[in-house]
Amino acid sequence: MAAYLVRRVVGMVVLLFLLSVTVFVLFNLLPGDPARLTCGKACTPQIIEANRHRLGLDQPVLTQYTNFVKGIFFGRTFSEDSPEPIICHAPCLGYSYNRHQQVLAAIADAAPVTFWLAVGAFLIWIVVGISMGILAALNRGSWVDRTIMGISLIGYSMPSFFIGLLLIFFVIIRFNWLPFPSYVSPFDNPIQFLQTMILPWIVLAVLNAAFYMRLTRNQVLEVFGDDYIRTARAKGLPERVVVVKHALRAGLTPIVTAAGLDLAYLLGGAIISENIFNLPGLGSLAVGSVLNSDLPLITGITLVTATIIIFANLVVDLLYAVIDPRVRVG
Amino acid sequence: MISDGVITDSEVMRREAALDRQFLTVNDLAVAFPTEDGLVRAVDGVSLSLEKGKTLAIVGESGSGKSVTAQAIMGLVNRKAAKVTGEIWLDGQELVAMPDDDVQALRGDEMAMIFQDPMSSLHPFYRIGDQIVEAIRAHRSMGRSFARREALEMLRHVGIPAVERRIDAYPHQLSGGMRQRVMIAMALINSPDLLIADEPTTALDVTVQAQIMELIQSLQAEFGTTVILITHDLGIVADVADEVAVMYGGRIVELGPTRAIYDNPEMPYTLGLLSSIPRMDRDPNKRLDPIRGNPPSPIKLPKGCVFQPRCNYFERVPGGRCFTERPELLEAELDHSVRCHIPHEERQQIANDVLHALTGGPTPL
Repeated sequence: MAAYLVRRVVGMVVLLFLLSVTVFVLFNLLPGDPARLTCGKACTPQIIEANRHRLGLDQPVLTQYTNFVKGIFFGRTFSEDSPEPIICHAPCLGYSYNRHQQVLAAIADAAPVTFWLAVGAFLIWIVVGISMGILAALNRGSWVDRTIMGISLIGYSMPSFFIGLLLIFFVIIRFNWLPFPSYVSPFDNPIQFLQTMILPWIVLAVLNAAFYMRLTRNQVLEVFGDDYIRTARAKGLPERVVVVKHALRAGLTPIVTAAGLDLAYLLGGAIISENIFNLPGLGSLAVGSVLNSDLPLITGITLVTATIIIFANLVVDLLYAVIDPRVRVG
Repeated sequence: MISDGVITDSEVMRREAALDRQFLTVNDLAVAFPTEDGLVRAVDGVSLSLEKGKTLAIVGESGSGKSVTAQAIMGLVNRKAAKVTGEIWLDGQELVAMPDDDVQALRGDEMAMIFQDPMSSLHPFYRIGDQIVEAIRAHRSMGRSFARREALEMLRHVGIPAVERRIDAYPHQLSGGMRQRVMIAMALINSPDLLIADEPTTALDVTVQAQIMELIQSLQAEFGTTVILITHDLGIVADVADEVAVMYGGRIVELGPTRAIYDNPEMPYTLGLLSSIPRMDRDPNKRLDPIRGNPPSPIKLPKGCVFQPRCNYFERVPGGRCFTERPELLEAELDHSVRCHIPHEERQQIANDVLHALTGGPTPL
C-alpha cells in the first residue's frame, strides 16, 4: 500500500512537471507580445521594453521557465531594479501585470467562491441523483421509473446557461423571490450567501443529478441480478437493507469515480454558472484572464486546476480500496 | 385411467397418516413469467410432498424448472415479474398467499437456501463473519458480540480451520470449498427446518464435492433438517436422497423413492438420464448414450407430451396420443408416479432392455 502510494505521488509530480512545461511552451508559442499587453493605449516602445525587462520576458524561454519553477519553490522578485520591487513569496505562480496582482493572491480570492459553489451543488446532486436513481431502479418499468428517467433526460438536455437564465428571469426578475446575486462569505452573511448560492447550486445540480440518476439506476439494476443479492434476500433481510447495504454498496464504485472527478472538475471553476450568476470564482477569473490575455494568470489557474484534478484522481483510486476489499493488496 | 396397481384400505390409511406427517407439501405450483416473446411457463403444475427430516432430490436439465421451483418455495421469485399460483404448505403454513413480509420472516429462519456458486453468492465487500452475524440478527434480537460468538461456533462446526482468523476474512480470501462451507454455516445458523441446496457442488472441485455433500448430510442428521437437493448429478442423488423428482419442461415427469427411480425407471426421460452418466459397472468400450435433441423452449412447449420430440418410444403409443394429449402424472407403483402414455408393463420392459444393454444386468445402486 505504501509503495503504491509513493508510486502514485511520484507519478503526480511527473505529470505536473510535464503539464507546467506544456503550459509554458503554449504561453510562448501564442501569438501576441505579453509585454505589449502590460500597458494600455498610451504606450510607447520604451515602456514596453521596460516592462519586458521588469517581467523577465527578455530572457530566453528556458531561463523564464526555470525562474517560474524556482518561484514556485523559493519565491522570486519582479522588477528588482525598480524602486518598487514586487516580492512574490513561494509558492509564487507569477504576477498578473494586467490586474497588478500576484497570481496566487487572485486565485486565493476566487477559490472560496468556487469551493462553496462546488460543494453545495455536489451535495444536492449526489443526494437527489442517487435517491432518485434507486427509486427508479426499484420501480423499473413503472410510471415512477419513466417519470424519473424523463426528468433526467430533460435535465440532461437543457444547457446550464439556459436553466440559469430561466431561473434568473423568473425567480429574481419576474417574481422577486430572491435578490440579485451578490457573493458574500457564508461567515459574514449566511443568509445573503444562501440567497446568492441557491440558484447556481440548482443549475449545477440539475445537470449532474440527471447523470447520477441514470448511473445509479443502471448500477442498482445490474447488481440486482447478482447472486449475493439473492443470498441477502434468502437470509430474510428486509428489502430496504438488501437495496442499501447490499446492492448500493456493490454498485458504488463507478458512482464514486464519477463523483470524485465531477467534484474536482467543478472545483476548477464552473465557468458558465459563475458568469451567469456573477460569482467571482475561479471560472470567472479564468474567463477574465483569457479575455484580457493575462497569460501568467492563465498559467496559474491551469496549474492549480490540474493539480486539483490529479489529486482527485488519486483520492478516487484510494477510495476504491476502501469500498472494495478485493482491491486492497497485502 | 387410474393407477395400474390396486390400492387397499390399509394402504389408504397408511397414506393418510403419511399426509399428516408431511412437512412440506406443494400443490399444483405454477410460475409464469410474462415476456415480450410470450408467457414463459417455467414451472407448470408441480405437486410434491416431503416428510420432515427427509431428503428430496429434484433432478433435471437446465431450464427444467427445478431452480424456479426452489425459489418459489423460498419466496424468492419476484412477484412483480412472475405470476405464482398453487399452494406451498410448509409446516402448516401456506406460503403462496402469505404477505411478503411474513414470508421474509420465514426466509433464513424456517427455511434457508444455499446456491451453486459460493463465490458469487457471498457479498464480495463484507467479511464472512459479518455476513453470518447479519443473518442471525435478521431473525433474532441479539447483541453483535453474542452473534459473532455464535457465528464463530457455526463456522467451526462446518469444518473451517483457524476460525478465529477466518471469521474476518473476505470471501475472495477463501477457497471454493471453504466458501461453500461458509454458505452452509450461514444457511443453518438459525436452525431452519428446511434447507434447499441448489446445485451446491456444481461449481466446486471434484475432490471437494464429496466433502460438502457429507457435511450437508451430517448436519441434516444432527439438526433433523429437511433437505431439498437440486442437482443434475444423478451420482450424488443415489447416495443422499430418499425421494427423487425428475423434472422436465417445468413439470415433474417421474416421482418416487430413490430406489424405485434407479431400479425401475419408467419415464423414457429418466431412462435417458440414467444411461447418459458414466459408471464403473458399464462396458467401457461403449459410448455414453446422450438424450438426443434439446430441452423444449418454455414459451412454445410441444402440444402433447412435452418430452415427445426427444422420445425414442412414442411410436408405441397407439393413436398418436403423445402428439395430442398431455400425459398425467399417475401412480404406476406404490408411491412411484410417472407421466407417460406408454403402458406400465411396456415401460418396464423398455427400462429392462435399456439398463441390461448398458451393464449386462440391473443397475445396482
